[in-house]
Amino acid sequence: MEIYLNQFFFGVFPYIAGAIFILGSLLRYERGQYTWRAMSSQTLNNSRAFRWGSVMFHVGIILLFFGHLFGLLTPPEVYQAIGITTAAKQQIAIWAGGIFGMICLAGMTILVWRRLFNERVRANSAPADTFILVLLYLQLLTGLATIAVSVDHPDGYVMVQLGSWAQSIVTFQAGAWEYVVDVHWIYKLHMFLGMIMFTAFPFSRLVHIWSWPVAYVRRAYQVVRAR
Amino acid sequence: MSHFLDNLTFFKREKETFSEDHGVKTDESRRWEDSYRARWQHDRIVRSTHGVNCTGSCSWKIYVKNGLVTWETQQTDYPRTRPGLPNHEPRGCARGASYSWYIYSANRVKYPMIRRRLLELWREAKQSHSDPVNAWQSIVEDPKKAESYKSRRGLGGFLRAEWNEANEIIAAANIYTAKQFGPDRIIGFSPIPAMSMVSYAAGTRYLSLIGGTCMSFYDWYCDLPPASPQTWGEQTDVPESADWFNSTFLMMWGSNVPQTRTPDAHYMTEARYRGTKTVTVTPDYSEASKFGDIWLNPKQGTDSALAMAMGHVILREWHVEGKSEYFDDYVRKYTDLPGLVMLDEQDGRVVPGRYLRASDLADNMGQKNNPEWKTLVRDESSGKIVVPRGSIGFRWGEEDRRWNLETLYADGNEIRPQLSEIDSKDEVVTVAFPYFGGGGNAHWSHTEHDPVQLRNVPARKVKLADGSEVKVATVFDLMVANYGIDRGLGGGNVAASYDDDVPYTPAWQERITGVPREKVIAVAQQFAENAHKTKGKSMIIIGAAMNHWYHMDMNYRGVIKMLMMCGCIGVSGGGWAHYVGQEKLRPQPGWTPLAFALDWNRPPRHMNSTSFFYNHTSQWRHEKLEIGEVLSPLAKESDFQGHMIDFNVRAERMGWLPSAPQLGRNPLEIGKAAKAAGKDPKDYVVEQLKSGELGFACEDPDNPANFPRNMFVWRSNLLGSSGKGHEYFLKYLLGTETGLQNKDLGDETDKHPREVKWREAAQGKLDLLTTLDFRMSTTCMYSDIVLPTATWYEKDDLNTSDMHPFIHPLTAAVDPAWESRSDWDIYKGIAKRFAELVPGHLGTETDVVTLPLLHDSPAELAQALDVKDWKKGECEPIPGKTMPNIVPVERDYPATYERFTALGPLMEKAGNNGKGMQWDTSEEVQALRDLNGIQSKGSAKGQPKIETAVDAAETVLMLAPETNGKVAMKSWQSLSEKTGRSHTHLVEGHAAEKLRFNDLKAQPRKIYTSPIWSGIESEKVSYNAGWTNVNEMIPWRTLTGRQQFYQDHLWMRAFGEQLCLYKPPVDLKTTDAMEGKRSNGNKEVVLNFITPHQKWGIHSTYTDNLLMLTLSRGGPIIWMSETDAAKADIKDNDWIEAFNINGAITARAVVSQRVPEGMSMMYHAQEKIVNTPGSEITGMRGGIHNSVTRAVLKPTHMIGGYAQQSYFFNYHGTVGANRDEFIIVRKMDKVDWMDNDDAGDAMYLEGAK
Repeated sequence: MEIYLNQFFFGVFPYIAGAIFILGSLLRYERGQYTWRAMSSQTLNNSRAFRWGSVMFHVGIILLFFGHLFGLLTPPEVYQAIGITTAAKQQIAIWAGGIFGMICLAGMTILVWRRLFNERVRANSAPADTFILVLLYLQLLTGLATIAVSVDHPDGYVMVQLGSWAQSIVTFQAGAWEYVVDVHWIYKLHMFLGMIMFTAFPFSRLVHIWSWPVAYVRRAYQVVRAR
Repeated sequence: MSHFLDNLTFFKREKETFSEDHGVKTDESRRWEDSYRARWQHDRIVRSTHGVNCTGSCSWKIYVKNGLVTWETQQTDYPRTRPGLPNHEPRGCARGASYSWYIYSANRVKYPMIRRRLLELWREAKQSHSDPVNAWQSIVEDPKKAESYKSRRGLGGFLRAEWNEANEIIAAANIYTAKQFGPDRIIGFSPIPAMSMVSYAAGTRYLSLIGGTCMSFYDWYCDLPPASPQTWGEQTDVPESADWFNSTFLMMWGSNVPQTRTPDAHYMTEARYRGTKTVTVTPDYSEASKFGDIWLNPKQGTDSALAMAMGHVILREWHVEGKSEYFDDYVRKYTDLPGLVMLDEQDGRVVPGRYLRASDLADNMGQKNNPEWKTLVRDESSGKIVVPRGSIGFRWGEEDRRWNLETLYADGNEIRPQLSEIDSKDEVVTVAFPYFGGGGNAHWSHTEHDPVQLRNVPARKVKLADGSEVKVATVFDLMVANYGIDRGLGGGNVAASYDDDVPYTPAWQERITGVPREKVIAVAQQFAENAHKTKGKSMIIIGAAMNHWYHMDMNYRGVIKMLMMCGCIGVSGGGWAHYVGQEKLRPQPGWTPLAFALDWNRPPRHMNSTSFFYNHTSQWRHEKLEIGEVLSPLAKESDFQGHMIDFNVRAERMGWLPSAPQLGRNPLEIGKAAKAAGKDPKDYVVEQLKSGELGFACEDPDNPANFPRNMFVWRSNLLGSSGKGHEYFLKYLLGTETGLQNKDLGDETDKHPREVKWREAAQGKLDLLTTLDFRMSTTCMYSDIVLPTATWYEKDDLNTSDMHPFIHPLTAAVDPAWESRSDWDIYKGIAKRFAELVPGHLGTETDVVTLPLLHDSPAELAQALDVKDWKKGECEPIPGKTMPNIVPVERDYPATYERFTALGPLMEKAGNNGKGMQWDTSEEVQALRDLNGIQSKGSAKGQPKIETAVDAAETVLMLAPETNGKVAMKSWQSLSEKTGRSHTHLVEGHAAEKLRFNDLKAQPRKIYTSPIWSGIESEKVSYNAGWTNVNEMIPWRTLTGRQQFYQDHLWMRAFGEQLCLYKPPVDLKTTDAMEGKRSNGNKEVVLNFITPHQKWGIHSTYTDNLLMLTLSRGGPIIWMSETDAAKADIKDNDWIEAFNINGAITARAVVSQRVPEGMSMMYHAQEKIVNTPGSEITGMRGGIHNSVTRAVLKPTHMIGGYAQQSYFFNYHGTVGANRDEFIIVRKMDKVDWMDNDDAGDAMYLEGAK
């Protein structure tokens, strides 16, 4: 049974979540153009605390996202080739993750508090809004909790296991789940919540991530469209 | 094709830069822009308006998309005015722009609704009675059953019903009531025909065909200024708003123009740009205040004191000192100032009496016709007393055409009426004038001047026909004395200086109004000087604020006197601009036959609502105001004894006021009994009345035979808006839960009325209350049956206003939504069912109708010199003279539907008429046959069809002089037969024109000049009241034929109102019994309760509209001053309760600097169906603004059969004043939303089952 569960949650479920994530996003983009938005509640409540919370949350989570992206998907050969040992990478991950995580945690605490206890924001929150925020919050807390476990194995072995899992998943290799059978349950919980997040993504305001305004940085001052 | 794939065109993207790469042109998809385009795309635009008793009467574009109304915008295609005058457009405001919200809102009435308790009783009764009339009888004659549904009124429990079932219940109830109690026990209330005249006519046509009673509204709303009929014999006639621009001195006196005349306010601001000086007079810092170059803020309710002081200044400087030839000439020609008045000896004093008449002098001054109705003046050149033309005696029965204002002696010699006898006096007489400024309500400042003011007046002696000698004085001399102006005649109580503390100087008013004397003097001087220089272009815009006081006539006459003294009436850019209610039904003579079925039967049954509701909601049983409190100190008290309702009963008996229900028995039974006795119904009724076997219904209102039994309310929110004494309505008329806090006069037998039988109070008099509405209003909540009516964007109708000269339509942009139907179709359906059910119960019947002594008919010459009551044996009962006329009317009940849908034969046989003029109209009836088609069978065979609302509108347009040039010519010719002058030149240019309904759909159209109105439609002058009187020499329809400063009826004299003076508000005694007695622990403060028109609604409409609720505070509010709020520890937006012995209101407080201390303001008619918590006083949900008011009558408004003081529908009669009211205000301790499973909610649940 335990084998089956490991196999399902870390071998099959990632593909289910991924499929929902990709197809769901596509469908929503096609069918629900008017719903494709961040649904900002800033006009309802725009306190100084909120603005701090929002900025810290976004900065923290963007950095965490890139941290995970590179940390999990970079093959050991690549970073070793540029002279970073696995142990050193583990240290970078702990420190960077810890700092960004704390920034994000501070911001998010403000946001969660506001969402739940500000009368106007609360009245205007759909259940999905609150759900996604609480999900992210739990995800962040479990992520931070993994640091406590990670410091016990500074050699980075567990990190490599997790990286191998992620790389196997994205390269469609069978048996990816076997890499994580033995890792601490806190990692598993964190991974599971992460996949839930991908599953919920197309149904929530998270879709605005797809439309990040990166081109804005270097576009022309005036954009006109042909007839 | 796909939003996503379209983004993946990396290789096909064209990019072209410009401006050195600062700009870029791309070929990205622009499909997203279509959503913005589609937002404002629509399928069609239809012209309509808002039938909401808002004088704006703005034409609107209604946008339809996919079969739904989406939004509306203002029409901009009004016909141009003329060069030099700004145009009307755009007209509209936020309220109108929010209307389309209603159509698809949750508050829309979508299906016929019937209260569950009643519907169950009905279905059960139908099981055992195959005849619906018998089924209805079995319910209402069983007291238990009747009580079981009446007591649930207002408590929910509505069920969706079928149209057939609803119509059947209504028709059965009407038939039963007509048969059992009389058709006059079926009542219909609908106001303001001008806002949707066909919808109004639908209900009244049905009622008039079956003999039901149509209720008045203009007087009940207290929008009718009694001063207008008193002074001019005219209901109300006023300038169009464009004429404000022609004024050079504009006063806004108690009229909040930008807030309540929003679409017209631009003319006021444009006049200011042109250099017109503006003066605003309001007690509060209103929106209008900031437009005033000068703002005067008298204490509320003291406007007549201010007006009297201004009149004092004007009269003294411009008339006594004689500075203006224009003024002098004007008052001699157009007013009664030169009129001769007898001075009566009474209790050792001399008091002003009645006008001297031709009949008083030898040989009736040579007058054979009506000498007792011809008033006299002295000719200055000959020094002789003469009979000037134009008095009311010349109007009726005269062989020569001499009813005009030419300054000719009746025989044709030129005369110059003498204003004053000061240089030709025989003696100086000390005359007693009443003074009321020392009494009244304790909340106002009083002065200690003597209640009888003795002043010297120059007089002449005149020898009467009987040989006796009397002293006479001119109205001018009496008025100068009344104003307290010193003319060097000696004696006391006159002022030589404005600083003397004598009534009515500027110094005297300071203590009462609080306005500094210098400001009063300055405004009065400028007002008059401007009028002198411009020949009358000083104007006063005036409104509800002053007219809603008990002594509104004094406020108004004070202001009107200023205008008349300065020759402003009848002059473009000048005059009296009273705007309250959309009263101007421009095509009136075309509409009246349709509305009151005059094409089939005459006369209809009309009733003045104030007296009706006072009587039948038993407000009289709680009367606290005694006659002694309002009687003049100079009156013979013994002649004026009794309860307020006694005076009304006397007035009804003498034919002064109408009655409803009329007689103490079923009028159909009276018709039968007369026939059985072989007598003329008229003689039969007189005999029966004289012997006392028959009485008037008003003498015994608690007798079940005299209850109003069935009532229709449509185009109205009677119980959520105008129903003064709301809680009395609930208790007595409806028989349901009430918040009433006081007992009736039961124990105080010495205060019981003398003319009315005191019985145990009846409750739940109405058997059936049917309301037609498009929204679930407060009135709907209290009704037994609610019928869903078409909105203003779903029906065809007509609309006019006094603010502009156009007639324009409501047209159906979409079909009525859900199961709603237009008012026309609803009443047509009821008429049909009625006709189907009536055989076997009623056939062709003789209905005996009582008709009061009507204005603009010969009956207005009833009792010329004295008041005689036949009931007291002072005279014989003579129908149409000393009592109401008695007219038998044949009704063919089974033909009701056929008659409803065809124009009857009387239009050809008897012609058409209006305001005393008559003309043949067969040509127009024939034209309607060609236009509408004819009925091919039945009792209306060969008559023009009136099947649809458009047919009805065409009938109105065809028959009215205002919309048919040919008819206008005929009506002017008819007037010429009285005046002996030619008037048709006013309309000749339009003689060949007619307006059709489709013309109006294309564009609002200006009406044609008609003798029904006193202004003209012209390219040269704007519409202004009295213009034809001044320029065409047409007499005002008053006793003297002139504008009257003086009122000589016995009752006017008894109540001290022969001349204008200051009367403080009356004491209604509604707070003492409650103050501090029902404490909730919070401090209480007692405030005057003022109910002005609002900013976020038009009456109650829009106050439940989400868009307007969002702009305001979203529920009921009461404004109060910071000082009073501090006294009671109330902060802005606190929940407060306002209450007195009449009931209680819950609302939020608006604490504002706008409001002066001692006053509160609750914008009237804020629906209690939105955001209204429970009251701590009543234990019920808080009431509407009228929950703390009660109607009070004023006897001078009951006068009848006396020239201008004669009854006509909505023209004259008692009015529903309510501003003298006080409330106790305190913060609420516990705000209870009453949303638990209490009895009320249980009913909702029960209904939903």
